[in-house]
Amino acid sequence: MTQRRLASKVAALLACLAVSIVLGACAKKAPPATRPMPLEPPPPAVTPTPPPAPPAPPVQQPAPPPAEPVKEDVLLTANLDELNRLVSTQGLIKPVFFAFDSAELSPDAVATLKANGDMLKKYSSWRITIEGHCDERGTAEYNLALGERRAGAARTYLVSLGIPADRIQTVSYGKEFPFDPGHTEEAWARNRRGHFVITGK
Amino acid sequence: MRRMSVTLVAAIAGAGTCAMVVVVSAARSAPQQAAQGKPQTEITFRITGEPGALPRYAVPEFIPLSPDPDTAAAAKLVAQVLWNDLAFEREFSLIPRDTYASIPRARSMADVPFERWRELDADALVIGTIQKEGDQFRVAVRLFSVRDRQSAFGREYRGAAATPRFFSHSIADEIHQTQVNLRGVARTKLAFVSDRDGERIKAMFGDRAVKEIYISDYDGENQHRLTTGRGLNLTPAWSPDGRSLAYTSYRRGYGDIFISNIYQGTIPDNPTRGRGESFLPAWSPDGTKLAFTSDRDGNPEIYVINRDGSGLMRLTSHPAIDVTPTWSPSGMQIAFTSDRTGSPQIYVISADGTGVLRRMTREPYCDRPTWSPPPFNEIAYASRGGGGIDVKILDVVTLAVRQLTFGEGISESPAFAPNGRHVAFSSTRSGRAQIYLIDREGKNLTQVTRAGNNTMPDWSR
Repeated sequence: MTQRRLASKVAALLACLAVSIVLGACAKKAPPATRPMPLEPPPPAVTPTPPPAPPAPPVQQPAPPPAEPVKEDVLLTANLDELNRLVSTQGLIKPVFFAFDSAELSPDAVATLKANGDMLKKYSSWRITIEGHCDERGTAEYNLALGERRAGAARTYLVSLGIPADRIQTVSYGKEFPFDPGHTEEAWARNRRGHFVITGK
Repeated sequence: MRRMSVTLVAAIAGAGTCAMVVVVSAARSAPQQAAQGKPQTEITFRITGEPGALPRYAVPEFIPLSPDPDTAAAAKLVAQVLWNDLAFEREFSLIPRDTYASIPRARSMADVPFERWRELDADALVIGTIQKEGDQFRVAVRLFSVRDRQSAFGREYRGAAATPRFFSHSIADEIHQTQVNLRGVARTKLAFVSDRDGERIKAMFGDRAVKEIYISDYDGENQHRLTTGRGLNLTPAWSPDGRSLAYTSYRRGYGDIFISNIYQGTIPDNPTRGRGESFLPAWSPDGTKLAFTSDRDGNPEIYVINRDGSGLMRLTSHPAIDVTPTWSPSGMQIAFTSDRTGSPQIYVISADGTGVLRRMTREPYCDRPTWSPPPFNEIAYASRGGGGIDVKILDVVTLAVRQLTFGEGISESPAFAPNGRHVAFSSTRSGRAQIYLIDREGKNLTQVTRAGNNTMPDWSR
């Protein structure tokens, strides 16, 4: 499939999604990908006489502003490193955070997982790894297992949303790879996480 | 394995050991030349100290019988290392070496100035000679009773000149064995995790430090890296025969157990073969099985598997975390950590999975049990409380607890020495995490590593 045809197929899909998202009324702050926006030019409002349009007319590239659809394309064409960077900086897939010594999903975590799940459904070829991490205040060995529980809890919830299990791998890093090397409550809170990495697309 | 008989020690390539031939030369009475391979009953006597005191040992520089600088340097080094090895077990009182300066050096075993050593109140005197032979040294050593000038112990060694410390370690182990019937640890090894190489791996997202498995002599000498591949490697575990090291590696992107056969240079075995994540391997005492933790059935549980990957058996079936197994010396029981009551505690279960689960700890948070070898029956573990983590030891029968560390940094991941008298552990007391040794009563702290962050030690037989 060439890039252009892929782009046009996706644009058609996104048009449908755009409509459904408007109806779905997401309450979170809108990352560009989910902002409802028609991508097809509005149907000509003039003459009703011509017979029904031929099936699947080629969709032309939308008019400016080009910012949103260009990002969509980038998500499809970026390599994995860039993709992970984009997805992170734009908050399209976010880590989930946990309470001390716990693998329970808080309401915030559930909301994040729902949003992540939406992205995974949208980009249904993506495969991800969820890394479980812990802060430094537990022992190294128990934390390897706690990290596993955290990643597993996130995975189980995503599977319950309908994401196929074989798209999600889990890894535990215990306290071995902290995101923040500090020794403060903030640093510890940042480290107690399920971290998402796109590993295939 | 460490009999005091004549043994031809097979050549072992690589990893800091050396080829050695041991020849028993003489005991106290008439010199006996034992045929190689036949066990010999050595007549020896125990050198004692003053009543109520440990025997006082002196270990002066060995006598170089060759004129070259290598031999001169080795003569000093072998004596110093032997002094350290004998001091480590605290069965003898080692006389400080800077007090030896006034005593004239012997030039052979025959002209030892015993009366001068008696002035230092020495009870026992180790006299050695060392001679270069090609790329080897020949070392002869005698342990003298200073009072009656008799030799309680004599040995002759031949081995690689490149590894002089190994002579010291062998002599120390044999003196401990023959004098106090103690299995010394001077020839044992440590394994641990280190990030000292300072490389960063380009993971899928972000830079992370590499962690590799290192091995070293028990005293921290000869540290060198075992794993390559610039990834994350954790939780090393020596096989009982000291020839293999199991560990957790993330080389495939998730934790899985590999076994390096370190003297064979073959690619590592992978008995857990990538089903779910598997980590924290622990060898059964007979070396045929590994206990480990895996989430292959949905949450962390304890499993046992044969070394070749067959015979998988599940030991725990509980939605709680069950992690970090350790075997009893008989191989009949396994201790592990479980948080089934809400916080991590240590439990014991039969190694065949049947039998009653016995809870061993009732402190706020206990993890990483490691079962001592005989003659002791105790479990060392990490205990969290009061904002820190410390190493403790519990008696398996009485559950009485004694504490080894007291809040100097985070101290965790204990591992017993093979004679049960010492514990290796990781501590941040000096800033970064380093490996320390301490004896089972909490004394005699020794720092083993200094470069990078070093954690998760294990101690070989």
